Amino acid sequence: MPSLLFCGPKMAACGIVISLWGVIMLAMLGIFFTSKSAVLIEDVPFTEDDIRNDKNPPQNVYALYNQVGINCFIAAAIYVAVGAVSLCQVRLNKRQEYMVT
Amino acid sequence: MDSLLRGEELCLAQLFLQSGSAYDCISELGELGLVEFRDLNPSVNAFQRKHVNEIKNCEEMERILGYLLREIKKADISLPERDVNPVAPLPKHVMAIMEQLQRLEVELGEVTRNKEKLQKNLLELREYTHMLRITHSFVQRTSEVSVSGQKVAGFFTSTAKIEAFERMLWRVCKGYTILSYAEVDEYLEDPETVGFSRITVLDFYHCHLYPYPTNNDERNDVVEGLKTRIQDLHTVLHRTEDYLRQVLMKASESVYTWVIQVKKIKAIYYILNLCSLDVTNKCLIAEVWCPVNDIANLRRRKSGATVPSFVNRIPTSDTPPSLIRTNKFTSGFQGIVDAYGVGNYREVNPAPFTIITFPFLFAVMFGDLGHGLIMALFAFWMVLYENNRKLKNTRNEIWNTFFEGRYIILMMGLFSIYTGLIYNDCFSKSLNIFGSGWSVKAMFTAEMWNGNRFLTLDPNVTGVFKGPYPLGIDPIWNLATNRLTFLNSYKMKMSVIIGIIHMSFGVILSTYNHLHFRKKHNLYLVFLPELLFLLCLFGYLVFMIFYKWLVFSAKDSREAPSILIHFINMFLMQGDGVPPLYPGQTGLQIFLVVIAVLSVPVLLLGKPIYLNWLHNGSQRLGMYRVRVLKWVTSKCVHRCGKTTPNICSPTFDFADEFLHQAIHTIEYCLGCVSNTASYLRLWALSLAHAQLSDVLWAMVMRVGLRMDTRLGVLFLVPVFSLFAVLTVSILLVMEGLSAFLHALRLHWVEFQNKFYSGTGVKFSPFSFSLLPSSFEHDGLL
Repeated sequence: MPSLLFCGPKMAACGIVISLWGVIMLAMLGIFFTSKSAVLIEDVPFTEDDIRNDKNPPQNVYALYNQVGINCFIAAAIYVAVGAVSLCQVRLNKRQEYMVT
Repeated sequence: MDSLLRGEELCLAQLFLQSGSAYDCISELGELGLVEFRDLNPSVNAFQRKHVNEIKNCEEMERILGYLLREIKKADISLPERDVNPVAPLPKHVMAIMEQLQRLEVELGEVTRNKEKLQKNLLELREYTHMLRITHSFVQRTSEVSVSGQKVAGFFTSTAKIEAFERMLWRVCKGYTILSYAEVDEYLEDPETVGFSRITVLDFYHCHLYPYPTNNDERNDVVEGLKTRIQDLHTVLHRTEDYLRQVLMKASESVYTWVIQVKKIKAIYYILNLCSLDVTNKCLIAEVWCPVNDIANLRRRKSGATVPSFVNRIPTSDTPPSLIRTNKFTSGFQGIVDAYGVGNYREVNPAPFTIITFPFLFAVMFGDLGHGLIMALFAFWMVLYENNRKLKNTRNEIWNTFFEGRYIILMMGLFSIYTGLIYNDCFSKSLNIFGSGWSVKAMFTAEMWNGNRFLTLDPNVTGVFKGPYPLGIDPIWNLATNRLTFLNSYKMKMSVIIGIIHMSFGVILSTYNHLHFRKKHNLYLVFLPELLFLLCLFGYLVFMIFYKWLVFSAKDSREAPSILIHFINMFLMQGDGVPPLYPGQTGLQIFLVVIAVLSVPVLLLGKPIYLNWLHNGSQRLGMYRVRVLKWVTSKCVHRCGKTTPNICSPTFDFADEFLHQAIHTIEYCLGCVSNTASYLRLWALSLAHAQLSDVLWAMVMRVGLRMDTRLGVLFLVPVFSLFAVLTVSILLVMEGLSAFLHALRLHWVEFQNKFYSGTGVKFSPFSFSLLPSSFEHDGLL
């Protein structure tokens, strides 16, 4: 079985840091999007059409907000997986270092 | 204990050391690291000093140790990681260590030479075997032709030179040669890679010449013999390598101890060279700078030894070096102050104030909650792991710089979190914690929006502005198009206010120096005009800024005056064009300008004239002058603590003093204006940081968030890591370094030139732990 180790100790540590940051920040962004924060209006992909031809304002824009929020949560979940992989890499690196010395 | 504010008091002391125990005393002083030795033989060069032979011995030992360390490193043996700190051995043991090292060197040299000889032998035998094997095939082919009387020689050379060699040989033997060659597959390790030229053709081409056996039986015998010899050589070579490794391993156990011991011995002899012998030749005299608080400690140590030595404090008119005791937290801030210049003896030290003002000015320029949080977490990780040996002892210069400043970075990060809350900026987005004070609905119900393209929120309409945001800038400004106009005005005025406060603080600190060095005339003739000049002009500007902020509101925003126009009119003495801010404004402004203008000649001429009168006054005021002079000099305490009835400065040069004061006046007055403008960099950098952060979000993160296709969510993952990497590299590292540099410049130039001279010498005590090791520098340890 080929070795599962594919990155060095520094790359794995970077992976853990970025995944941790990603999980926290994307989760918070997801919460802010689902609570329809006004500051994030520019990041919601609405068009002129959504605003003008809305039967039940502002539900279209709210639906888009929710969608972006769910996107953020899914990305946060992916980062949890990336973080777990990085953690495994860190452990494997430590074990290899222990075996060599 | 005002050590951090001002520096410790130092005194010059004489140590009388008995010749027999001088070595031990200095060894103990080295372990303590209390005092700095002065050179009592400055006119003697290095080769004429007393202990030059011992130092030569030490350098010889260091050479051998260097050789040992290189061999150990070559053999890939790891040195044991131990925190040993052996004491310096006695002089009689020094020779023992020297002998041990010399023996080791000789042994290692012999073994290495033997090993090389054996390897060379092995190489030759192997070549011979190959040559026999290959030429066997040649001779098979030409066996039909008689080869009687012809010498067949076999040789090895490098393939590149084959053709040149063939041509040369053909010419030499006049055409009677048959040359065949074949590639040798096996790679032969040649212990000697450097060849030396000899005269014969074969040797010129680096060939080895072997005799060729004439018939098959002899050939087979030779091959068998060669095989056994090669086997024997292999065994001997293995044994030699094992023995070499053993010797090196044994040496590696104690090499670290030896390195430290030799370093200490050399240091002690170096210090002994600095001392001088007294007349009876039985006592060694050493002059040391010692902190006054540690004199008692020093006496106690000296008298505890079996043969007591004396410590005697002597008065001196030399300026002692400056000593400021720091702990791991304050040492970083003291370091950045010392980088500008070490303070004069007992001068006010800007470092304790820098602990707060430096991170604060950095944070004003950096001002982002998210970035500050990341910076603080990074510094916190460094602080938590500060005792981790791997982090402490890396050789990477850049990492060491960051690690040494971990407390500075921690403070900078924490203060940035605070200013991020005030600017309401977190990764370029505002946080709505308390609920905005502006209401859009009220503007809509007042129906004032018809025909207004910009959907302006007018605070004069009832219900639109419900009151100021409790902490920081209102989050609604993040959505406004005139956000920068509002923030620029706010940040510029804030920078000027912070600048004037910082500079006034610097001027006020100079009173500490004037009072400590007993130069009370400086208080009235230098400090007072400086402060009046600064406050009458720029303090009034600050007052006008606050007045406008407090008195004018949204209702009379159309009639709000321009501070700049009023300030300019103040200097031009024109007040008619614009309505006054408050009754009596013109009168007050004229008064302030007159005071400021009058303080300039006082600053320029006051001190030289006063000092001139003090030293060379006329006879009529003689008695009064002498009395004042006596009173002044009786209070005049020299920096070393000596009070003399004589005049403090016997020579007084009026022209010199006047020139010095003129330069100081011009520098100060022009500096006031330019330094105030210089503080506007606080605004400029915070604007740059906010805009960079905004652009990064808009161009990177928004692209990922606006994806509304199915796969858009997978696109967000790499976009976020790109955003993270760019945030760290551009906004944290580049902007962080930039803000650090500008905050440092504001401290070094605008703050410190109001009171700090920084032309002192640092106290460097004789301490073994502070001595560098040349091996660490070469990367051997």
